[in-house]
Amino acid sequence: MSVFDVVAAVLVLGGSALALTAAIGVVRFPDTLTRMHAASKPQVLGLLLVLIGAAIRLRGHVDVGMIILTGLFTVITAPVVANRVGQLAYREQNLRDDLLTNDELYEFAEPEVGREVLDDEN
Amino acid sequence: MTVVWIVAAVMITAAAAITMFRLLAGPNTLDRLVAVDTLIAVTMCGIGIWAAYSLDSTVTYGLTALALISFVGSVSVARFRVPDIDTPGTVGRQP
Repeated sequence: MSVFDVVAAVLVLGGSALALTAAIGVVRFPDTLTRMHAASKPQVLGLLLVLIGAAIRLRGHVDVGMIILTGLFTVITAPVVANRVGQLAYREQNLRDDLLTNDELYEFAEPEVGREVLDDEN
Repeated sequence: MTVVWIVAAVMITAAAAITMFRLLAGPNTLDRLVAVDTLIAVTMCGIGIWAAYSLDSTVTYGLTALALISFVGSVSVARFRVPDIDTPGTVGRQP
């Protein structure tokens, strides 16, 4: 068991703990916006840690490039999904006012929106 | 070293299980979308742990495919889904 294996084990354990944290956040948080936060940030970080650990364990292998590509795709695509889900949740008002400290979208959004706005966008 | 893999597998399995609770409980389609997204990411974590444990690199192609397909699925659902207005308690700010 070399130093690399120890580092990989620590990274995999940290990534698993972050994934568990994200899942607990998805279950425990009160509204869609906060659940989206829990599902995007710690989840992506945990996945990246696991992938780095796997890449260290598979060092010198040809397929490490695919692991790097996976991490790259995850980092690129996770903000897009989080942005879409967050905007939809705000537009349908799936949020709690008492949990917001700052509502910067308030002046841009109609208070009573739903199907009409989505239809207009189409 | 075996303890590390066992602990990681237990944590990932627990994460998947409690994410499935949110997937079932809802109460909104967006919550279910977030839960499915989290579940796919947990699955990718599990596949990565399997690759690190078994030193088997054939699953890495599946990892890349999952990363791309989950993105397409989530964005498609967020774009084309019908907002569930009729469900009580899902629309309108909760006090």
